[in-house]
Amino acid sequence: MRKRFLIIVGAALVIAALLLTFLVAPPIEGQGASYRIFYFHVPIAWVAFFAFLMTFIWSITYLVKRNMKWDFYASASAEIGLVFTTLILITGSIWAKSAWGTWWTWDLRLTTSLVLWLIYLAYFLLRGYVSDEERRARFGAVVGIIGFIDVPVVALAISLVPTTHPPPLIFEGGLTDWREIITLVVGITAFTVLYFVLLGQRVALKYTEDVIKKLKAE
Amino acid sequence: MKFWRKVFAIVRKDIVSEFRSRELMIAVLVFALLSVLIFNFAFDTSGGEAVKAAPGIIWVTFAFAGTLGLNRAFITERESGCMEALLMSPIDRESIFVGKAAGSLIFMLPVEILVLFAIQVLFNVPAITWQIILVTLLTTIGFTAVGTLFAAMAVNTRARELVLPILFLPVISPLIIAAVKATGLALTGGSWGDMLQWLEIIIGFDVVFITASYLVFDFVVEE
Repeated sequence: MRKRFLIIVGAALVIAALLLTFLVAPPIEGQGASYRIFYFHVPIAWVAFFAFLMTFIWSITYLVKRNMKWDFYASASAEIGLVFTTLILITGSIWAKSAWGTWWTWDLRLTTSLVLWLIYLAYFLLRGYVSDEERRARFGAVVGIIGFIDVPVVALAISLVPTTHPPPLIFEGGLTDWREIITLVVGITAFTVLYFVLLGQRVALKYTEDVIKKLKAE
Repeated sequence: MKFWRKVFAIVRKDIVSEFRSRELMIAVLVFALLSVLIFNFAFDTSGGEAVKAAPGIIWVTFAFAGTLGLNRAFITERESGCMEALLMSPIDRESIFVGKAAGSLIFMLPVEILVLFAIQVLFNVPAITWQIILVTLLTTIGFTAVGTLFAAMAVNTRARELVLPILFLPVISPLIIAAVKATGLALTGGSWGDMLQWLEIIIGFDVVFITASYLVFDFVVEE
């Protein structure tokens, strides 16, 4: 019941975010319509970060409690994080091509996202190479912790190299128009709800997989 | 004090077995020199260009050769059944971690110094300086600490040595970035002050990841 409610709210919010992005948010001078991808790019980046944060927390919880439930949550969240990091790289590249004339530059946020993507890709490769369930969960948790601690360090190292990525608008007063602010807020809310919907589905699937595996073993 | 005695025992065991088998260091050194040879053809290293290419050559070589060595440190341990013996012995896991990491550090540093020497001779760049030696030492400390943690995981997977570089290289990327930049500054006559911000990152990485690896190592080796 709660799950269905979340799906309906999420769908409504996604539709609202789409309408706001394309119909309400005012155009920015000199950028045409391409900048509108920002209203997807930023919420996606937020969800990716949030997903890895939750993987970090659930990984620690798993190591402390040793209950497979927490591994289900940690790995499901990492999957969502990986998908959303892929989307960050794709949406960012599309925008960069139109704004900077190049798909990619080795700038702070781009490079950090790419390193992040590679770390969590390795997380799943590692899990795939371990047959024993308990050990897989344990190794996954270790990478979930070490990988997340690495994020600020990677960002710090790259931040000392000059950058072209636009600064975070929200914190520097770049967003002043209420239409821009509301579009972004609705976008972030919509994507956060989407995260919890996907998480719920993925964890439920993991429980089902677990039941099937146990039945097969009998 | 007891802790360091156990660590020392593990390091001594590794050194003795390395002296008898001469398995690891020579192979890693030869591999490193071969990489340097290939880089010489991949990049323009004539005249003033060598200084630009050298930091990259040095650190890619160290990273790959180091990965090779770290893998080996645990694969022999596992093949000979020594890891089980270590885990069964009344030694805490933390001593095993520090001992294995220190062992890898002791094996890696001489190889790195020899490679730096080779680069100085072959590319005519000032690679043997206190600045570069310090950068190498500090970077290798963090490198072997994280590497030891991941290598202990890698040997317990189906893909063995394949896992380590995939897992390890993205995580140590900030360390390598800082080392490359600091080495570049040192090669072009930068002062200690110029290098400071990169040294801070290297030291920061070392502190954070030695602590983190030390804390989670227990979970990696438990059976």
